[in-house]
Amino acid sequence: MKKRIAFIGVGGQGTLLASRLLGEVVMSAGYDVRVSEVHGMAQRGGVVESAVMIGGIQGPVISRGMADVLLSMEPLETLRAIDLCNQNSVVISNTVPILPASVKMGVEQYPEVDEILNFLRPKFPNFYSLDAVALAKEAGTPKAANTVLLGVLAGLSVLRLSIDQFKKAIESRVKAKYVEQNLKAFDLGVNSVSSQSV
Amino acid sequence: MELISTDVGHKALLLGNEAIVRGALEAGVDITAAYPGTPSSEIANNLFFVHNKAPELLYFEFSTNEKVAMEVAAAAAASGKRSLTCMKHVGMNVAADALNTLAYVGVKAGMVVVTADDPSMHSSQNEQDNRYYAKMDALPMFEPTSPQEAKDMTIAAFDLSERLEVPVIIRTTTRTSHIRGPVVFGALPEKSNKAGHFDKDMKRWVPVPAVARIRHKILLEQLDKAQMEAESSPFNSVKGFGDIGLVATGIAACYVEDAIDMLDAWGRVRFLKLGLTYPQPRRMFFEFLRKVGRVLVFEELEPFQEEALKATAQDAGMDVPIYGKRTKHLSPLYEFDPLEVIELVAELLGVDAPKQPVPDLTDKPAIPNRPPSLCAGCPHRETYMAIKTAVEDMGLAENTIYPSDIGCYTLGLLPPIQMADYLICMGSSVGSSAGFSVATDQKIISFIGDSTFFHSGISSLVNAVHNKHKFLLVILDNSTTAMTGHQPNPGIELAPPGYDHPRIIIEDIVKACGVKHVRIVDPYKKDEAIECFKEMLALDELAVVISRAPCILYKRRVAGGKK
Repeated sequence: MKKRIAFIGVGGQGTLLASRLLGEVVMSAGYDVRVSEVHGMAQRGGVVESAVMIGGIQGPVISRGMADVLLSMEPLETLRAIDLCNQNSVVISNTVPILPASVKMGVEQYPEVDEILNFLRPKFPNFYSLDAVALAKEAGTPKAANTVLLGVLAGLSVLRLSIDQFKKAIESRVKAKYVEQNLKAFDLGVNSVSSQSV
Repeated sequence: MELISTDVGHKALLLGNEAIVRGALEAGVDITAAYPGTPSSEIANNLFFVHNKAPELLYFEFSTNEKVAMEVAAAAAASGKRSLTCMKHVGMNVAADALNTLAYVGVKAGMVVVTADDPSMHSSQNEQDNRYYAKMDALPMFEPTSPQEAKDMTIAAFDLSERLEVPVIIRTTTRTSHIRGPVVFGALPEKSNKAGHFDKDMKRWVPVPAVARIRHKILLEQLDKAQMEAESSPFNSVKGFGDIGLVATGIAACYVEDAIDMLDAWGRVRFLKLGLTYPQPRRMFFEFLRKVGRVLVFEELEPFQEEALKATAQDAGMDVPIYGKRTKHLSPLYEFDPLEVIELVAELLGVDAPKQPVPDLTDKPAIPNRPPSLCAGCPHRETYMAIKTAVEDMGLAENTIYPSDIGCYTLGLLPPIQMADYLICMGSSVGSSAGFSVATDQKIISFIGDSTFFHSGISSLVNAVHNKHKFLLVILDNSTTAMTGHQPNPGIELAPPGYDHPRIIIEDIVKACGVKHVRIVDPYKKDEAIECFKEMLALDELAVVISRAPCILYKRRVAGGKK
């Protein structure tokens, strides 16, 4: 199983934690794995990218058109990173925008979320979008939106990884006091797949 | 803490930087020192955590700059204690004065110097290729391609350093520092608490010219021995039996192996992967060049190995074509894109690279940028806004230069602040202000952070006083080294839990440097701050304002840690 999973989000959304969790799941399932992270300036509200390479791929960077999955925490960032995808890619996107400073200042315009989704959906047959923040709130904290999206990835069964393997990684890697909320957020993500069509 | 686990055989998903720390622990490192800098920071951070959690395992200090850290580690290794220092690529420039001569005097116990380069400049002001330091200093160098290799090479580097009695360099890049991969733990050695001992030897440790002439000769002899090691090192290997030669180092070696896999081309290529990358295994190069018809060299940044291969071919009178940067097949700019590597290998093989069906995305809606910016509530923002107001009220806006420095506050270059006009390196705010003050009649307001001031601002401030330069220096004191992840520095008011070090008061230093006009402001008290800046700007003399308020993220973290 050689797969390239691209993660994208905005500083503070838990993008790196999500990719690390997936990395732990893949390693515990016995596959070779590499996770790339870009640290540094990204922390200050910039774009955060990471990638999980599964099954013996050694390079940590995903070129345009090469992602098997794009898991995005923010709709504008889905659009920015979409060149990583091809027609067969699975695209999982949160629908809740985080406005860049330039938009807040009125210098640039944020496209309507529906415009983004309507642009992408017909081009990518495996496009899946959801309000991950609402589900995370239902689980107890809006911060667990990253875990909801991991749940969607698990629920879609794109990777040969079991739901249990994901849950074990959450239990061992998330801070004890947040484990319960994250497990719930993960389940809500998994269940959202069966309740909506991809 | 997983990194200090004694569970032999445990497999952990470590960052390359964490794997270096684990390797150092398994090699029995004793003394470590560093100044933080991305992409090296997690090495220092983890050494700091290890020292706090298990001080019997190792000593660590955040030194005031890379040169000091290098000297701390050098003296430790001269005293028989294994030592390590780590820094970002530009930090090596600061430490180079020490390293260039440390290479001559050498070490007794193993000493490892980690330099983390930043091709594509994810978080740096340049993309210099620090492999040239190994060449300039005649020191052995390793370059890992994975976290497991980073750990294994760190152990090998300590061993080689100790046997040759010279420091050994480990060179990573952003990708090899910040890649996570499985690492299998080995045993941690028993540590003795015995102090090191420095054996005096004036013909060894004091490089006056007569000694340095002898030591340089010895260094080159050690380099010859290192070359023999490189010839048989397990980190230098050849795979495949084809007549198309591929050579790669560092993360580029990963892309090349992936490309060969994808193109199913192992039968047609011969792949030389280098891990002990300096001194080059020239005999291995010769044997490799003899067996191939053409060679393509993949290495990010400069044609370092490409030129060594060409020199080997020239020495041996071979005319095998060697492609790379000098032949414009690849660019010395930026990181590689894996796809360009695949396409180049495919072209060399005369096959088509597999193409993915990509939808037409040309009518994509316009995407606003999302640059990193100062956090909401950041004290730097308040300082900038107060100065902006003062400068505008005084009618100076059109005629003021803002030299800046390295830190979060560099983000003040972006709108709406736009108050960073000139920057070269750590500490350049103060030195360049001196230059602007003699070269122009413009007003000068320069910015430096607390950690950067300790790193390399103080001697330039002494210079400014002594040479009568006129500018306003604003020291943005947020009580931490914020940009690199909140490491402590000598001036901090807010110390992390358990950090019991004497505080060095910035205003005392500034006054001791001879600055006559020194003020301290709280940037959140807007009116007072504006008034203070106006008074200082009206002086037309060298003046320093310390704008003091802790980083809000750090304040929250320290408060959280105490709960």
